[in-house]
Amino acid sequence: MDNRTHKEEIQGTAQNKTGSPKPYKWELVIDLDRCTGCEACVVACHAENNVRISGEEEAAQGRAINWIRIERSWEGEYPDIKATFMPVLCQHCNNAPCEPVCPVYASYHTPDGLNAQVYNRCIGVRYCGNNCPYVARQFNWFDPQWDAPLAEQLNPDVTVRMNGIMEKCTFCVQRIRKGKETAHQEGRRVRDGEVTPACVQSCPSSALVFGDRNDPTSRVAKMVKNDRRFHLLEDLGTEPAITYLKRLT
Amino acid sequence: METSRTGWDQIPQINRDLLAPLQATTWWYVILVIGLGAGVAAGAGAWVYQIETGIGQTNLHKPIFWASYIASFVYWIGVSHSGTFISGVLRLSKAEWRRPITRIAELMTFISVLIATLCVFFHLGRVWRWYYLIPYPNQRTIWPDFRSPLMWDATAVFTYATASTIFLYLPLIPDFALVRDRVSDWRKPIYSILALGWRGSQTQWRALKWAQRIITPLIVMVMVSVHSIVGWDFGMALVPGWHTSIIAPYFVVGAVHSGLGMVVIAMYVLRRTYHLENYIRLEHFDKMGKLLVVTTLTLAYLYFADLLTTWYGKIPAENHVMYSMLSGPFAPAWWTMITMVYVLPLFTLTLPAFRRWPVGVMIVGMLINIGMYVERMLILIPPLVHPRLPYEWSSYFPSWIEITILIGALSLALLLYVLAVKFVPIISIWEEKEGRLHGGERG
Repeated sequence: MDNRTHKEEIQGTAQNKTGSPKPYKWELVIDLDRCTGCEACVVACHAENNVRISGEEEAAQGRAINWIRIERSWEGEYPDIKATFMPVLCQHCNNAPCEPVCPVYASYHTPDGLNAQVYNRCIGVRYCGNNCPYVARQFNWFDPQWDAPLAEQLNPDVTVRMNGIMEKCTFCVQRIRKGKETAHQEGRRVRDGEVTPACVQSCPSSALVFGDRNDPTSRVAKMVKNDRRFHLLEDLGTEPAITYLKRLT
Repeated sequence: METSRTGWDQIPQINRDLLAPLQATTWWYVILVIGLGAGVAAGAGAWVYQIETGIGQTNLHKPIFWASYIASFVYWIGVSHSGTFISGVLRLSKAEWRRPITRIAELMTFISVLIATLCVFFHLGRVWRWYYLIPYPNQRTIWPDFRSPLMWDATAVFTYATASTIFLYLPLIPDFALVRDRVSDWRKPIYSILALGWRGSQTQWRALKWAQRIITPLIVMVMVSVHSIVGWDFGMALVPGWHTSIIAPYFVVGAVHSGLGMVVIAMYVLRRTYHLENYIRLEHFDKMGKLLVVTTLTLAYLYFADLLTTWYGKIPAENHVMYSMLSGPFAPAWWTMITMVYVLPLFTLTLPAFRRWPVGVMIVGMLINIGMYVERMLILIPPLVHPRLPYEWSSYFPSWIEITILIGALSLALLLYVLAVKFVPIISIWEEKEGRLHGGERG
């Protein structure tokens, strides 16, 4: 049946001659000690994923859409004060609160651990948005618009989302699929570093590292064992796919 | 024998009194219908504008994804509990005083479930794709996800709407037959169809009684489940302030509280307009007042239990929500709500003399309803503006489009009720006669 081959294909197990039959498990590590808060990731994400541009007014209303945001906080008192930055994006939870609450299966879990959003299935009940403790989900309050030259650079690999639906970080699923297709044709598993989401690619201080957790040789698999690791709102049991690193003291 | 003869004498008078609204129409009535129609038109226009341009016409924004439309949905489902509670519970307990007010309440149930459903449609981001919520066979073999509390909700509300329509219709059959035999104009064929060939034979009465005996306990159970499920829309979420096990019983009691308040308002208005002082008597305001005291106290108890648990637990995320209401930016709304929903009803309705003052009871009913509406907004807004990551904290107040649409919905509710009064005897005629002639239910 068609279904079976499709399932094998997305799990990366079809005709896998060299590697283990394990599916992929995409994860991201964010080293907060390296993050400079430059927001290059935010800009790269907008360009790669056709994320709408919001004006000043919309941003003030709290309607700016950013799949990744830099949360800035101040530590200490003036003059001994320091800014700290934390990039927050969809945590691609293994036990995602947004998934079971969607009445139409628009929010679902892919076999390789991505928390996917099916745009043309979404009817905009926005329960997922309420139930996401990371406030990672973004809603299209109006149809998107781009100022004159920006419309020319829309990414043809990514759907433009219309008014009334929810969207969020996909870990650049279009790049993941491309990487998997190439690897599949060559009869191998995706190599570490072969797939990089736009935010990871653009980070000047290499604070973001992306990879396959199920590949024991990948950088991500090694970094998630780092002593500095923590997960955002870990006590909720959402099992995020994003690991943060931060030195204490 | 003596009482029974006087009882039989009353019948022509009862028919005259209770059929009067169906027969004569005043200018005031026409003006009222036009006024409400204008309200509905304004709301419809605002809704079309919102659909055309986007849900951004509301003041919703991240992280406040639900607000006034969902609060109104909860409110209207709450109002709909009036009919099932008064009618269902009082029929089950064979409380004789229920007779003149069951129809008023059942009609309210029927209409407010419709309005509540409409509020869900206002809320949807892509309302033109609403049918994805229906489990219909399709090429991709995708069904709705029944893990979602919203699907429980859709199922529950649909069941409730169906059941409450039947519940309203059954005791209407003999009354439709009565009207059918007394009108001769264009309405006769309509009533003939609706009366289902009712002739008042012994078999028909027995069938009706059995049908009622079956549906009454069922509708009471459906009533409890519906508002529990509405509560679980919130309770199942991780949002601090929503995730509490007390939310289902709290919602059920809150719904009955506002529903009773609404029935008191309708009782007062209909009694005044159609001179029904012989039917809706001071005794009824007195009994409704007592019921309202019971719901006030039960609701206060549940709310106190919830607040005490939150206060003692001192979990930061929940504390922020609670203190934003007790002393923060939501304090004016919260204290108004406490005054209107708990304090004033308790200090007035516990006085026997006050309960026999219809205007007073009606005003308390209004206060309870305004308070309960504010309470529903407070259930939604303070938790949503305080997500666990404080970087995203925000605030909210409804936009003019939201307000216009919701006023339109209110106008539609009132309009449907006002039109129904011209079409349906607002007091169940046969049940009223049964009560007077036989002093209670037979068989």
